[in-house]
Order: sequence, then structure tokens, then C-alpha cells
Amino acid sequence: MSDVITIKNLQKSYGDVKALKNISFSVKTGEIFGLLGPNGAGKTTTIRCLTTLAQPDSGEIFVGGISAITQPKQVRQKLGYVAQEVAIDKVLTGKELLKLQASLYHLPSFVAKKRIEQLLTLLGLEEYCDRQTGTYSGGIRKRLDLAAGLLHQPQVLVLDEPSVGLDIESRMIVWDFLRQLQQAGTTVLITSHYLEEIDALADRLAIIDQGEVIAEGSPSNLKDDLGGDRITLKIREFSSLEEAKTAQEKLSQLPFVENIIINQAQGNSLNLIVTPKSNPISKIEQTLTEINLPMFSITQSRPSLDDVYLAATGKNLIDAEIEASNRRDLKAEKKQAMK
Amino acid sequence: MTQSILPNQFTEILAPNSETQIEIKNNAIRDFFQETLALTTRLFIQLKRRPSSLVAGVIQPFMWLILFGALFYQAPPSLFGNNLTYGQFLAPGIIIFTAFSGALNAGLPIMFDREFGFLNRLLVAPLASRFSIVAASTIYIISLSFIQTAVIITASAFIGAGLPRFGGLIAIALIVFLIVLGVTGLSLGFAFALPGHIELLAVIFVINLPLLFASTALAPLSFMAEWLQIIASLNPLTYAIEPIRYIYQNPHWNFVSIVMNTPWGNFNFVTVLSLLFIFDVVILLSIKPLLSRRFA
Repeated sequence: MSDVITIKNLQKSYGDVKALKNISFSVKTGEIFGLLGPNGAGKTTTIRCLTTLAQPDSGEIFVGGISAITQPKQVRQKLGYVAQEVAIDKVLTGKELLKLQASLYHLPSFVAKKRIEQLLTLLGLEEYCDRQTGTYSGGIRKRLDLAAGLLHQPQVLVLDEPSVGLDIESRMIVWDFLRQLQQAGTTVLITSHYLEEIDALADRLAIIDQGEVIAEGSPSNLKDDLGGDRITLKIREFSSLEEAKTAQEKLSQLPFVENIIINQAQGNSLNLIVTPKSNPISKIEQTLTEINLPMFSITQSRPSLDDVYLAATGKNLIDAEIEASNRRDLKAEKKQAMK
Repeated sequence: MTQSILPNQFTEILAPNSETQIEIKNNAIRDFFQETLALTTRLFIQLKRRPSSLVAGVIQPFMWLILFGALFYQAPPSLFGNNLTYGQFLAPGIIIFTAFSGALNAGLPIMFDREFGFLNRLLVAPLASRFSIVAASTIYIISLSFIQTAVIITASAFIGAGLPRFGGLIAIALIVFLIVLGVTGLSLGFAFALPGHIELLAVIFVINLPLLFASTALAPLSFMAEWLQIIASLNPLTYAIEPIRYIYQNPHWNFVSIVMNTPWGNFNFVTVLSLLFIFDVVILLSIKPLLSRRFA
């Protein structure tokens, strides 16, 4: 499969803040590609550059072989964009909004009429389409926005955080729809800070952290590359760092233990990587008993995407999220988004 | 939700354009008209569902006319020349001031579109020219201004200001068009340049009334301090008000009638129209780089 989107060495600063330090990845034709990362990692800025809403400081963006920087109009024709916060005119009805959208993409009126009817049916919007969009629930708005993004049959549908603010039922509808879209041959690029969303949908993904791509591949490859099983061990619900270090020292002498990280953000729990099928739990419990330490909880699993993230950044996604939210200047971001 | 659609139809509906071969021909001029029409339609749907701005826009100049007319009601008729009552003197000022205020607010909907993210919907679309956004706002504001102007002219006729003939009405429409075009462009420029609606409202607030008082809308040049005469003679509003006032007072005006006296000379009708036209061109040219920068 050829690449439909190629992004190379993208950099973008807002004042002193380097939003994108170095973003490179490529999306293959017909796949669902996920951009995973905590809020504030640079996902939305990347999408804004791709959709020609923002100009990168340096780097290259190609969509279907056409540069988004030098030929933005052609690229706009190839992309459908569903923004994170659904921007609809509350006074218009759903159908009026779709008609407006069709005209912005210059569909001839007979094509527009047919496309609007088809998409309204497909997305189950017929009963809502003559009501003003201000009366819609979040899920219905999102479906309307999907219809709007697909009217002109784009090569790539770009969705920024498609399930933020959606209830579970609406989220499932959107996910199913995106899979159907892929089946029909449309490439889908989604950003998300939900691991399970990327894991469930994406054929391949890039993990973004602090403006850099830190991993790219399919979910299963990225997990397999990590190797080993994961064990999360809590000595107490909230252990002291001292106790955790003692346990770390002792446990790392066990033959099947490959690595141990102390996660200070999670009450000094221990994250162990162990050789698969080594039956480690009883031996860990035994070792702790030897050094007179209790055990509050222990879980074993195959590596998850969160582990991929943890291995690359030294923290897991939720903690990165909390950290990033302290760092962010939401007011400045809002201003940026308006430009 | 998808029971009524067969699986093979999914592909037809959801497949990308290159596979279904829907040909979209490029024709920049037709595209520009299509998008401008769509954006204008949106503004009129909004007006239809939320008519309060139009209602207020008609009531307000009416109140100006009544209140200001009453304020100087007892002034000696000789004061305004040609035995004019103040009401007769005032009507052209209110026509232009109303059109001006409406146009000055044209940027607000765009600013709210920016703030709510709706503008992004327009900016990610392959518009033939983003000036269609400007064109749509201008068409909308001009339509409103014509409605308001018609109401003011009718009301003024009832309070004794007289009614210009058909040619005069056409000339008034042309002058209203020229002032609205320039000021709408200015306001949209602000809407793209300023950080948010608070700042835009502040600018509108600072510009609106001072430009009214620094024009000949409420009083003739001869009443003013000399420094204000100079400012008023530079104010585009004066260039729109004076020819309309002349049309009201002289049914037999023509294109070379001297319609305006300023400290730097007398201007005839054609000169004044040309100056208004130049004002529009200067505004549109000066906001162009601003728009292109936003629209990069």
C-alpha cells in the first residue's frame, strides 16, 4: 500500500513554546491510523498543520503526493475534517448545515442532494435533520459532523479526538462507522488520548509525546517489541519510596525479572517486566515475605499500549496527562486555535 | 440505524472520490458564486430565525430621528440654511449613521464564528477565494442597510423632510452602498486582526459615536470649532452625508452640482462619489494582506 499522508520533520512554535519539535510519520492508503498521546502532546497542532489551518515553521506535509504547504487548496479538497469541538451553527438545521458544507466544497446541487440524503440515512439522522442543530445531543452533533466531513468523498477523513464528550453508546456508533468507512476504502486518521480507542480502531499508530513521535507501528508490533509480561505490584496502597526501593533491590535479583521501575505517581508501585510464562507471582510473594514486606495487590498482563508509552517516556499516559494539564496554558491555546 | 441500507451501498456512499469518479470540475468564478451564495444564505436564515437585530436596527434610527429632531426643534430655521427645520437637516445624517453602525458591526458574526470554531469549517474547505466570506457579509449588511434606509426615508417624509425623486433615491442607494462596502471591509479586517470579541466591541465602541459627532450628521460644519471642521472634512461619513443632504434640498441636482464645502475646497457630486470609491478601494486593499495572513 502506498502512503497517502507523509509528514516529515514538522516543527512549529507558538512564541517560546515549541509545540512540535520533530514530527514525522506516514499513513498508508486505506488504513485507520491513530495519533496517540496525552493532551498537550502536539496532536491537535499536527492536525492543524495537516488540514492547512496552521503553517508549520519547517518540515513537509504531503497528502496524496501534494504539498499542504505550497498547494493548500488541492489538499483541502482531499481531506475531510471533523474537529474535536463540533462547530455547528445552532440556528441552522442539520440539513441546512450540510447544504452549506456541500456548497463550500462546490458539489453540483444534484450531487449534493443525493449525498446529503445518503449520509443522513446512513448515519441515522433523518428524524433530526430538519431540527435546528442547537437542539442536538453530543452524539447526534458528532454524527452530523461526520456527515459534513464526508459529503465530498474525501480521500482521508481526519478526526480530532472523535470520542471526547460522547457517551458510550455514541462512541460505539462512531467506532463502527469508522470501520465501515475504512472498509469502503477511505483512509482514516484519528487522534486520541484514549488508549482503548486507538487499540480498538487503529491498524497503525504513532505515539506523540511533548511534540515528538516516540514510536510508530501497529499496536501488536509495538507491544511485541517490548517483550515480557507486565506486573504491577503494590506493597501497600501507598508505599514509602524507601520500602519500594528495598523491594526493587531484592526482586531484581530474581532470575525471571528483566526490569523494575518505581512509579512514584502511583503510590510508589513497582512495574516489573518479567519473562513470559515464568509463573512469577508466587515467587514474588515469597520474596516479599522474606524481607517482611506485605503485598497490597499484584496484577500480571501482556504488554499494553500504555506499557509502550511507559517504556518510551518513563511515565504512563494518565500521569503524563495530569502533568501536561498543569503545564498547559489553555487560554493561550484557545487563542491559537482561533487564528 | 443502518437497517435500510444494503452492505454494498455502504461502499458506494463511503468510498473516496477517486474510486467513484464523481467529476468535480474547477471553475473559479462559478465556485466563488456558489460559496458566496451559500454563506449569504446562512446569514439570512439566521436573520429569519432571529429577527431581533433587524427589529432593533429599524427602531433605533427611528428613535434617533425623533429624539434628535426634538432636541433642536425650537432652533431658528435660518440656522441650518434654506429655511430648513432641524428634522429636515437631520434625516440624511441618520440614514448614513445607521448604515455606518450596521456595517461597523459586520465583523461580530465572523468574530463569533472564529471563537466557536465555525470559521475553521470554512477555512479547511477548498474555497475558490476566502474573499467570499467578505462578500457574503457585505451583501447581507447592504441588504439590511437598504431596509433601514427605506424606513428612515419614509419616516422622514412623514415628519416633513420631503421625499427625493427616483433619481435621487438611486443616488442615495449608491452612496449607502459605497459607505457600507468600505466600513464592512474595515470591520471584517478588525474581526480577523483582533484577539477576541471583547476587543472588537471595544473598537466598535470607540469608533462609532465619535465618528458620528465628528461628521456633519448632527450639525453643519459652520457650527464647529475649526479643528473639528478639519476632522469632519476628513471623515468619510461627511462625504456620504453631504451629497444626500444636497439631494434632499435640491430636487434639480446634477452630477456637477457642488454638494460639499470643505476648508480645502468645494466638491461636486462626482468628486465626492469618487472619493468614497477610493475610500473603499483603500480599505479593501489594506485588509487584503491581513486576510491573506490569516488565510495562509
